Amino acid sequence: MIPGSFSYHRPASVADAVKLLSDLGEEARPLAGGHSLVPMMKLRLATPAHLVDLHGIAALKGISRNGNNLIIGAMTTQHELLASDEVAKAMPILHEAALLIADPQVRYRGTIGGNVANGDPGNDMPALMMTLEATYRLEGPGGTRDVAAADFYQGAYFTALEPGEILTSVSVPVPAAGHGYAYEKLKRKVGDYATAAAAVVLTMSGGKVVTCAIGLTNVHETPLLAIDAAKAVIGTSLDAATLKKAAAAASAIMAPAADARGPVEYRKHVGGIMVTRALQRAAAIAK
Amino acid sequence: MAKTHVTMKVNGAEVEGLVEPRTLLVHFIRENLQMTGTHIGCETTHCGACTVDIDGMSVKSCTMFAVQADGSDIITIEGIANADGTLSALQEGFRMMHGLQCGFCTPGMIVRAHRLLKENPSPSEAEIRMGISGNICRCTGYQNIVKAIQYASAKINGVEFQEAAE
Ligand code: FES
Ligand code: FES
Repeated sequence: MIPGSFSYHRPASVADAVKLLSDLGEEARPLAGGHSLVPMMKLRLATPAHLVDLHGIAALKGISRNGNNLIIGAMTTQHELLASDEVAKAMPILHEAALLIADPQVRYRGTIGGNVANGDPGNDMPALMMTLEATYRLEGPGGTRDVAAADFYQGAYFTALEPGEILTSVSVPVPAAGHGYAYEKLKRKVGDYATAAAAVVLTMSGGKVVTCAIGLTNVHETPLLAIDAAKAVIGTSLDAATLKKAAAAASAIMAPAADARGPVEYRKHVGGIMVTRALQRAAAIAK
Repeated sequence: MAKTHVTMKVNGAEVEGLVEPRTLLVHFIRENLQMTGTHIGCETTHCGACTVDIDGMSVKSCTMFAVQADGSDIITIEGIANADGTLSALQEGFRMMHGLQCGFCTPGMIVRAHRLLKENPSPSEAEIRMGISGNICRCTGYQNIVKAIQYASAKINGVEFQEAAE
């Protein structure tokens, strides 16, 4: 399996990468970790004439704190996220979810920027970023803009990125101290995409839910925020009837494809179970 | 397509070659360098047989272009033995614990386990199983591979290997 021919470019700055991508036009693709794009190229499902490798751009790497936000450079790998004490402490759900992505070798190469920018409904980070109310920084020929993760996904592999734009960093507000969190992912085996997955971030007070956000992975052509399901649990102690209501509200907005992971009904059913489990585990952790 | 000149260090030796940008690193290693210890199992990023160590990272060399490895420091299975040619702790572990049957997955398993033990010299059984979860073996059922890595871990830490009771 050998990809089609292409020219290889390795710019040293974001400005050079943006210029290359806009000059070369539709025939060019940015290359991050390459663990989605290279397999597609080997199958000749992607045949870019130019690859613009972002590995030479030091400014795209690293994790830093800016006020109440963690700023994660787009070329930060899943392995680096897992190695970060700052992530483990401030945003443990990110650590938990990164550990469920692919396998160790893929995590050494796979990047957060690639994961969120590709628009693949199977990727885990997009729903998580929506749950955490993250924003993406996009840089292109027209300048720099910030887009909320919740506004970024428009369809499968179809995002708010304009031609020539690249996603350069992700800004994630640090959740309140004592928050509860869980990312529940059902998958057939290590390395598989989710049959269904749910992210929950909540805060509790006196045994009742005060705030809650729920994100859903791979049960629709885009990642989803389960807004009604999250509303249904506010003010409750997550009793059995509430959990049932929340799972039903989440399942109601799911529209998964029927594929080797199961028929539509099954994936919606287990999607509801992921929501229930994530809510229960998050509540148990919350202080 | 114009070829690109690449240089890299492989198992301590400087090597160079001319590659098309589309040449996968595993093909460069096997065909240009004629080092065929690194195997191709699936060529689809699933099996881990092609795992090599690049700048301290375990990487599936079928999912990276050779041009991307320009200037890097690579270890393949050919570079795993001790400098004096004797078997490394991991190789000895695979031999003593019968950690292979057909041996096709073994180069990838050993190169992956090499990095795993560098990062965590005393992994639990669960950590070993998660650590090699990107490597598929169709023969052994993994039991003896896990034991082989436990054997190597014990040897590296200078303690006697105790097989857990079944
Ligand atoms: S040959 Fe590279 S992962 Fe199987
Ligand atoms: S020993 Fe045969 S594939 Fe592992």
